[in-house]
Amino acid sequence: MVPLTWYLILAAFMFSSGLFAALGRRNAIAVLMGIELMLNAANINLIAFWRYGVTPTQNLDGQIFALFVIAVAAAEVAVGLALIISVYRNRRTVNLDDLDILKG
Amino acid sequence: MPELPFPLPPLPTAPQVVFIMIAVLAVIGSLTVVLARNLFHSALGLVAAFFGAAGVYIVAEAEFIGVSQVLVYVGAISTLITFAIMLTRGMMFGATSPRNRQSGTAAIITALTFVVLVALMRGIPWPQAGEPITDGQAIIAGLGFAFVNQYVIPFLLLAMLLLVALAGAIMLARDRK
Repeated sequence: MVPLTWYLILAAFMFSSGLFAALGRRNAIAVLMGIELMLNAANINLIAFWRYGVTPTQNLDGQIFALFVIAVAAAEVAVGLALIISVYRNRRTVNLDDLDILKG
Repeated sequence: MPELPFPLPPLPTAPQVVFIMIAVLAVIGSLTVVLARNLFHSALGLVAAFFGAAGVYIVAEAEFIGVSQVLVYVGAISTLITFAIMLTRGMMFGATSPRNRQSGTAAIITALTFVVLVALMRGIPWPQAGEPITDGQAIIAGLGFAFVNQYVIPFLLLAMLLLVALAGAIMLARDRK
């Protein structure tokens, strides 16, 4: 069987990549992609802990949480991309360095 | 044969070999998302990372989640992101850097996060193996049962959330002229 640590290290790597994409990329769509990566990493952890938990056939909370995360991520990405398209229509850019009109 | 100064790690079993291949796919995909200069290559790397995550779920014997992952992420979310890239095309192919002003700080924070996470998880005595799953169909039946019993209110709220979010997305993105 695959050790639990392998799942966790893979998830940690995906989370860190997503974090860097969310913090350090210039394009707003790349930031959304990073958020999706982080949500996937959280899902991998949920499934891994479900598999290694007590009585995985009866105690399905990990899988149910993963399904909720998938559905909420779908809603989130739809709204996020709509916002980005709206910003692009108004400002003709999705470069995050240029979108700073709220800066004091 | 000379004595090695350290014991060799045990040979990986078949599921472990499969997991390593899937993990390599997911890692390459994640790195492509982060590092690619062309945003479209980032989207392709994201598809690879989603497939890797689906493979991880299937290795962990959560087949239903794996199929949902392929349907929702690879099928729907990747398509949405590709559409958004094509609709906001103008800025994509400039000669500028793909990283913003604070990317140096972001790299430091990210590396620290990874190191701290790995260091934390190495210090904890995790269970060696999960309990064997004999009846895979019972899990899917149990999921369906839980969604209409214990989790029925969150399930209905989730349906409302999806409806409102998609309608709101259309309202936000439509042309107001």
